[in-house]
Amino acid sequence: MSTAAPAPAARLRRIAGKLLSAVLVLLVAASITFFVQLLLPGDRATVILNIRNGRDQQWPAEEIAAINHQFGFDRPLIVQYLDYLAGLLRGDLGTSYTEFRPVTAVIGAQLLPTVVLTVGALVVAWLIAVTVTLLTVRRGRILGGIGAAFEAFTASLPHYWVGMLLLVAFAVQIPIFPVIGGDTPAGTVLPVLTLAVPLSGFLGQVLREEFHKVLDQPFITTARTRGMSDAAVRLRHALRHAVLPGITLSGWALGALVSGSVIAESIYGRPGIGQVLVTAVNNRDVPTVAGIVLVVAAVYIVANVLVDLAYTLVDPRLRIS
Amino acid sequence: MTAGTTGIAAPAPATEIPAPLVRVEGLRIRFGAREVVRGVSFTVEPGRCLAIVGESGSGKSVTARTLVGLTGHGAEVTAERIEFAGHDLQRLGERAWRSIRGREIGYVLQDALVSLDQLRRVGDEVAEPLRVHKRGTRAERAAAAVELLAAVGVPEPQVRARQRPYELSGGLRQRALIASAIALDPPLLIADEPTTALDVSVQAQVLDLLAEAKERGRALIMISHDLSVVARMADHVAVMRQGEIVEQGPAEQVLHRPQHPYTRALLDAVPSEHTRGQRLVRPAAGQPVVRRERAPIDRSRPVLDARGLTKVYTGPDEVVRTVVDDVSFQLYPGETLGIVGESGSGKTTTARMALALLEPTAGEVLLHGEPWTALTRAQRRSRRRRIGVVYQDPLSSFDPRWSVGRLLVDALSTGPRPPASAEEARARTVRLLDQVGLSPERFDAAPLRLSGGERQRVAIARALAPEPEVIVCDEPVSALDVSIQAQVLDLLTDLQDELGVSYLFISHDLGVIHHMSDRILVMKDGRVVEQGDADEVFERPQHPYTQQLLTALPRLAAA
Repeated sequence: MSTAAPAPAARLRRIAGKLLSAVLVLLVAASITFFVQLLLPGDRATVILNIRNGRDQQWPAEEIAAINHQFGFDRPLIVQYLDYLAGLLRGDLGTSYTEFRPVTAVIGAQLLPTVVLTVGALVVAWLIAVTVTLLTVRRGRILGGIGAAFEAFTASLPHYWVGMLLLVAFAVQIPIFPVIGGDTPAGTVLPVLTLAVPLSGFLGQVLREEFHKVLDQPFITTARTRGMSDAAVRLRHALRHAVLPGITLSGWALGALVSGSVIAESIYGRPGIGQVLVTAVNNRDVPTVAGIVLVVAAVYIVANVLVDLAYTLVDPRLRIS
Repeated sequence: MTAGTTGIAAPAPATEIPAPLVRVEGLRIRFGAREVVRGVSFTVEPGRCLAIVGESGSGKSVTARTLVGLTGHGAEVTAERIEFAGHDLQRLGERAWRSIRGREIGYVLQDALVSLDQLRRVGDEVAEPLRVHKRGTRAERAAAAVELLAAVGVPEPQVRARQRPYELSGGLRQRALIASAIALDPPLLIADEPTTALDVSVQAQVLDLLAEAKERGRALIMISHDLSVVARMADHVAVMRQGEIVEQGPAEQVLHRPQHPYTRALLDAVPSEHTRGQRLVRPAAGQPVVRRERAPIDRSRPVLDARGLTKVYTGPDEVVRTVVDDVSFQLYPGETLGIVGESGSGKTTTARMALALLEPTAGEVLLHGEPWTALTRAQRRSRRRRIGVVYQDPLSSFDPRWSVGRLLVDALSTGPRPPASAEEARARTVRLLDQVGLSPERFDAAPLRLSGGERQRVAIARALAPEPEVIVCDEPVSALDVSIQAQVLDLLTDLQDELGVSYLFISHDLGVIHHMSDRILVMKDGRVVEQGDADEVFERPQHPYTQQLLTALPRLAAA
């Protein structure tokens, strides 16, 4: 059977299918966050008035009514829902209860530092994992054992513990990096490592197992019969095959890193979505929380599209199926 | 491209009997406590081909790999002598080994599908020895790869070089693998089962390619379990068994006047036109050769009647492919109908339709003159047991957590006489095991722990359990060594004589088909090109395709 490139129509259909499912996921995420707001205890207007005034009390009916009118809570539920969705289409995530500005503005300013942090962590985790794998898999019992132990150890470290340890070691005891670095390059190093080290353990375990399997493949022997050195065989042949499961894991990891960033950002006092989320949850600022949930959902979707893309780049066989 | 310039490979002196290029004496290889090669000696001269023959596990591949210093993880190699072009290979360091591999010794591994890196372009794979040994610029190497592909007869080499191995057919892949091994035109070429899993016509092309290298004065070591391939290529044959060479000598002598009983058994076990009607497993010394007594086949009412079977697929790329096109045949009680054809000819699709596992696009199959494929699934269920199946790889059709006994009891209970009690089930299962030549202890065995031959026996027992009238055998012996294959084929023949079951027997191996079949169906591109009595088809093939297949078939001359 011929395995020519798929017809353009088939490829278009595939891409359209992917986009449609992405939109559906976002719609479901948006709907859930909208209805969860309604399920929260307490009247929303009362909540808002309490937040604004920093008190916890009952408010007169006219003040409640004014707030209800201002935020549109007095309209039928379905209208509010559709209005919310229409807002999303225009890129309007609602108005923050505490900051009196659009949620997009609240999140927007903080998005870039978080993206730098998470993507940086993913890249560094890959670098660590690949280096450890290349250097230790099938390099004798001792090196292999050290590599496997390193991965098992780092994979089991909690973020907050790594964060505190790095902070004490490299910002306090040996002050190479600032304790509170904001989003300066020097201040980014420790937060990135905080997230990258445990992830590199996870990735490394997956890489190691696959690398082991690949090194037993006949095409590796073929490469050796051509006179290739062990290092070249690992780099040119084995690695590309071994990274595939790691790429799948990366889609999940990118999402998990966004939630992990909450911890790294609080420890290092770094601006970012994580910080905003913590504040918003504490203040019961539901529109901001909902906005962040949507952004994280979008990150997951984008990450998975990127994973698909990376996968077909590494393994062209998947372009067919 | 010329041979290496390191001076390791001295040009062969132009004498009548050239000095050996490879000289191995007393080679022993052990993995831990297990000695897999026990004192093997041989030589190979330039321009000549040594074939190492033996079954899986005989130590032939590991011997060959030792010649490139890649015996394997944890191997312990000792020898009185391992010489290549007068150099002691036992004293080479890793760096020296690397300069020999690919440049002085080319190595073709078995099965190009897994022996080429699927993620890289064919051209890069072919040119890799050039890159490793620092020959030419990138552009020159790319051009060389295209030239090499052209030289091994790959059509459209420029296009193929940019494709990846999985996009090539099996034959082209194998040729690309050979192209890579001869990229630096090494004086010695080692080919490990270079034609296994290839169709006969492709196999012939690959063998021609190796023969050509031999003509150019290259030494060739070929490893094979296929004696007919060996007969075509080898000047010298070494027969290996359990890590020892039991017999070696000129090919003509070993293949036609074998001295060792093992060589004789091996040669007898090869199914072909000469083995029809006799057992493949040589009777023990002193026992008479029993010829098969065939009861005449009653051709009045077919058990299986396929009428105009057609299967059309529409691929994801919207290309419509007719995989099986208007195939009709009848299978009579107690008869074997062989379906032969190359890969992609529609054999297996036809079998799946006969089994009613796949709905025909057009046409139908009748079972005992009654509708079969036209029935609904529920209507078929009561008749399902009348037609059994044995696949090439039985393991994938076994539940890995079930014991052999449980598999067979389950199969018995789908038959016309389901066992009434656990005792009866056990007794009948043990009888089944006995019928297929397995001991009762196998009842509790896990299929995973069985050898390939034993698994195939279990698969046959399972197919027999519900007392079918027809068994579809889809490449039932293609994954087995020749002597195990002989045992399984003998078993199938015995069971047919005993039970009168009919076989729809599918194979790409013409020898197996000729040995087993009463009548033959030759398929090509989904169509039946020739159909008739087995001897008739083999001796007087009418269709050009059948003639071409038979010409390409390497044969052992009549023993």
